[in-house]
Amino acid sequence: MATARSSIQGEVLLPGSAEGEVLKLDRPISFWGGVDPESGRISDPRHPQHGESVAGRVLVIPETIGSSSGSAVMLELIARRLAPAALILGKPDAILVLGVVVAREMDHDDPPPVLLLPPAGQAALASGQACRVGPEGSIRV
Amino acid sequence: MTLVLTEAECETAGRDDAAGLALRVVAEAARLLGAERLIPIASAHIDGCLYHGDAGVAFAERLVAGGGRVAVPTTLNVGALDLLHPDRVRAAPARQAAARRQMAAYGALGCRPTWTCAPYQAGHRPAAGQDVAWGESNAVAFCNSVLGARTNRYGDLLDICCALAGRAPDCGLHRPENRRATLLIETEGLSAALKDSEVFYPVLGAWLGAEVGSAVPVITGLPSGLSEDRLKALGAAAASTGAVGLFHVAGVTPEAPSAEAALGGQAPERRIALTPEALRKARDRLSTSVAKTVDAVALGSPHFSYEEFGRLEAALKGREIRLPFYVCSGRHAVERLEAEGRLRPLEDAGVTLVTDTCVVVTPILPDDGGVLMTNSGKFAHYAPGTIGYGVVYGSLEDCVATAASGRVTRDEALWR
Repeated sequence: MATARSSIQGEVLLPGSAEGEVLKLDRPISFWGGVDPESGRISDPRHPQHGESVAGRVLVIPETIGSSSGSAVMLELIARRLAPAALILGKPDAILVLGVVVAREMDHDDPPPVLLLPPAGQAALASGQACRVGPEGSIRV
Repeated sequence: MTLVLTEAECETAGRDDAAGLALRVVAEAARLLGAERLIPIASAHIDGCLYHGDAGVAFAERLVAGGGRVAVPTTLNVGALDLLHPDRVRAAPARQAAARRQMAAYGALGCRPTWTCAPYQAGHRPAAGQDVAWGESNAVAFCNSVLGARTNRYGDLLDICCALAGRAPDCGLHRPENRRATLLIETEGLSAALKDSEVFYPVLGAWLGAEVGSAVPVITGLPSGLSEDRLKALGAAAASTGAVGLFHVAGVTPEAPSAEAALGGQAPERRIALTPEALRKARDRLSTSVAKTVDAVALGSPHFSYEEFGRLEAALKGREIRLPFYVCSGRHAVERLEAEGRLRPLEDAGVTLVTDTCVVVTPILPDDGGVLMTNSGKFAHYAPGTIGYGVVYGSLEDCVATAASGRVTRDEALWR
C-alpha cells in the first residue's frame, strides 16, 4: 500500500488485520433486506448507496438499524467470501458482530476484524480511500 | 467493565458440545456489549430459523449434532417455507430442502414449532419485568413495550445461543435504567380521526423509527385503550425504519402510566411535536410506486391476528377480489378460524392464506418483481429490498378496494 497519510485508532472488538477500499454508509442500513447475501450488494433501493458492493470493503457503519437477521446475513457473507474486509462501527452492536463471532466458532476463513470508532473519528474516513486496519486497531488511510 | 462468569458458566464454556458453543457466543456478546455478567432468562423467541444460506443450516445442525437442547420455553419465528401449504413457495427445490433442514434443526433443539412473528398473540406472553431473550425486531418491540418483559434485540444466532444457555448478557434493556424514555413525542397536533384509524399506526411507527433510531421514546396524545394490533403495527414499523426495541405510550403501555413516569421524572433530552406534514411525508416514504395498478396485495406483517381476520371479513363483504391477495398468519389464528368454518369463505373470496412464513422472506408473490399493495409498514419497508417489489401503502380497506377494482384506490381524506 502507498505511504499512509493518516492513522486513527479504533477500539478492537474482534481482532484481525485487513486491507480494502473504504465504503462509508451514508445512511444506516438493515443488513437483512438491505444487503443481498448472494452478491454482497446493497439491495435496498431507498438506500443512497444502492448497488454498491460491501465485499472486500472496509465498511464504516455509523449506526445499524432494522432486522435482527443481520447476523445471519453477515455469517452467509463470510461463508461465501463476500463479507467486508473489516467492519468499523460507530456504536457497539450485537447483531452484525454476532455473525462474525459465530463465523469464528464455525472456523470460516477470514472473518473480518471489527473495530469501534465513534462518529467523530469516522469523520476522517471517506468512501474510496484505500485503508489498512492493523491488529491493534489502527486505521490507516 | 469486565465480564465475570460464574464457575459453572466457565466450565460450560470450556466444553466441546453445543452447550459450550452457545455459552461462548453469549459470553462474547456480553463482552462486546460491556455487560458485567450473564443473567437467567425465562423464555426465548428465535428468529434464526429462517433460511438465508447454507452457513445458517450448518450452524443449526452443528448445535443439533452437539446435543443442543433449549434450557427455557422457546418459540420459533417464521421459516422460509409454508409447511401447511407446500406449493405456496416458488423457491428452487434445493433451496426448499435446505430451508426445511434449517426448520427441522431448530425443532430438534426443542423449540416449539409456532412459526410466527407474532408469538405474543400465540400464547407466548412473558410477565412484566421478566428477563427473556427474543429475536425478530417486531417481537422484541412488542415484548418490551406492550408486555413490559425485558429483552434486547437478539439477532439470529445469538437468540438460539441464549435459549440453549438459558442466559443473556446483563445490559441494555434488561436494566431498568435503560428502559427510561429519553425522548418525548407529542401527537396532540394530529386529528382524532387519524388516531382512530388503523392506517395511522404503521405510519406513526415508520416516522418514529426514522426519527429516534435506537432511543427510547414516550408518545403522548394517543387514545387510551389502544388495541394490541395497533401497538403491534406501530412497533413493527418503528423496528423496521429504525432500531426501536422499546417505546412507551403514555396511559397505554405498562411502564408509562404517564409521560412523567416513563421519563423517570427527568426532563426529556428532546421533545418533538409531530406535525401532520411530517407524518404525511412518512406516509409518502412508505410507498415507492405511483403506479395506478398493482400486481398483488399482501396483508399480515406481523402475522395477522384473529381479530384482524374479522376486519378483513368486514371489508370483503360482497366484494370479489381480482388480484392475487395474500394474508400471512400463524397457525394460532388460522386454526381458530378453521374451527369456526371461516377459512373456506375467505379462500372462496380469493384470499390466499400463507402460514409459517411470509411474502417478504421467501418467494411467494407471482413473478420476480412488480408492484405490491400492503397495509403493513414492515412489508412496505422491506419488500423493495428483499423481493424487488415496488410498494403502494394503504389501509386494509384500501387494499381490499384496490383488489376488487383492479385500480389503486386510497382514501386520502384522513391525510389532507
